[in-house]
Amino acid sequence: MARSVCARPPPTGRDRCSDAPPGRTALPTPPACGPIFDSATAVTPPLFTLVVLVLSYAAGLLGSLVGVGGGIIVVPVLTLALGVSIQKAIAASIISVIATSSGAAAAYVSERITNLRLGMLLEIATVIGALVGATLATVISGRWLFLLFGVVLAYTAWSMSRPRRVEAGEAPPDAWADRLGLHGSYFDRSLGRAVSYRVARTKLGLAVSGVAGMVSGLLGIGGGVLKVPVMNLAMGLPIKVCTATSNFMIGVTAATSAAVYFVRGEVLPFVAAPVAVGVLLGAKTGARLLGGMRQQRVRLIFVLVLIVSAGQMLWKGLR
Amino acid sequence: MKPASDEKVFQVDGAISALLRIGVAASLVLIAGGTVLAFLEPGGYADTPAELSRLISANPAFPRSLGAYRHALFHLDGQAVIIAGLLLLMVPPIVRVAVSIWAFARARNGIYVAITTTVFLLLLLSFALGRAG
Repeated sequence: MARSVCARPPPTGRDRCSDAPPGRTALPTPPACGPIFDSATAVTPPLFTLVVLVLSYAAGLLGSLVGVGGGIIVVPVLTLALGVSIQKAIAASIISVIATSSGAAAAYVSERITNLRLGMLLEIATVIGALVGATLATVISGRWLFLLFGVVLAYTAWSMSRPRRVEAGEAPPDAWADRLGLHGSYFDRSLGRAVSYRVARTKLGLAVSGVAGMVSGLLGIGGGVLKVPVMNLAMGLPIKVCTATSNFMIGVTAATSAAVYFVRGEVLPFVAAPVAVGVLLGAKTGARLLGGMRQQRVRLIFVLVLIVSAGQMLWKGLR
Repeated sequence: MKPASDEKVFQVDGAISALLRIGVAASLVLIAGGTVLAFLEPGGYADTPAELSRLISANPAFPRSLGAYRHALFHLDGQAVIIAGLLLLMVPPIVRVAVSIWAFARARNGIYVAITTTVFLLLLLSFALGRAG
């Protein structure tokens, strides 16, 4: 890469026939360069675009391997390492969230796992939440956004390091779910049979969806990490149905927030373009790799990334 | 209401999924193409550190009048092409909701026509609300 400022002087007095181990000269120790983009570093638009593209690709890839969107990594990277303001970073991220949702939707649609009725119902709450969140994000100070983002990152790290519960408990009766016909069934390919489930605690689901929508609009993330555990553990939906339904909702929710950011003039084409392309392609690669990867190790790496980002976002908010 | 399998809604959803995939691919092409244009064309992104700080802190991000935007797009301004691609990304979820209204109506499911219409109207409201602020 063209980081001439940080480049080490070429090794002198040593040719390819030297007796040094081959790894030595090919991989010099990283020079002390400080943060990637401090003001002294001569970073130009092409390099910035390339770096954002690569990091967004990595975020989309990692995110899809562990089942979250890329936004949760993209925003810390854009703000902490690349000096983009948090509002502009959030606006760029929310558009990539729409893209990832649409990209994943095709697979879910063909398997008919999504609970479309429940998705539509909860969507009312997430969309209202997103409208409130996106509107708030453009008026409150960046300090609060950093703090809230740090908290959500820490929560995500915590919820991901817990063991996943796959089977939902027995659902208590719920008059709303009965009246609205929310109960459903789907054909589980890994089990080789149809799975029926009953939906419970619809009102709780609506409340949590409202909060998830607001967080999504405020922070430019999908918010599945808030909805999915509640849909699974409290509402009684099988985890696959939760993931598919949440993904369906995230696209609509993110489109709502994105519209607000767009009209407010927060979407920088220069930043949003490499983020959208990178995250989407990364998520596609991740979906293809899924299954062949060592899940535990990827999860561990991801949780570590989240913890470090959480600390840095909180620090930036508190300072 | 019986917990029907919403066959019609799924069928419609499945039918548009191919369309949605094409939509996402087309917006990627626009976004990537627009970026290349912006780097190459005169008056696009300059290759200096000063330009970078201008680009990441522009406020507002882009000409906000529709007329100015149309003019830029007509002249194949790179950033205008990128915006077209970003806006196109927003279309699939909106289309999905709109089409679901129609599918629930065909299934004669009045409650869900109302619920889905509410979601759709809220989505449209977001454009109006952003503008008011």
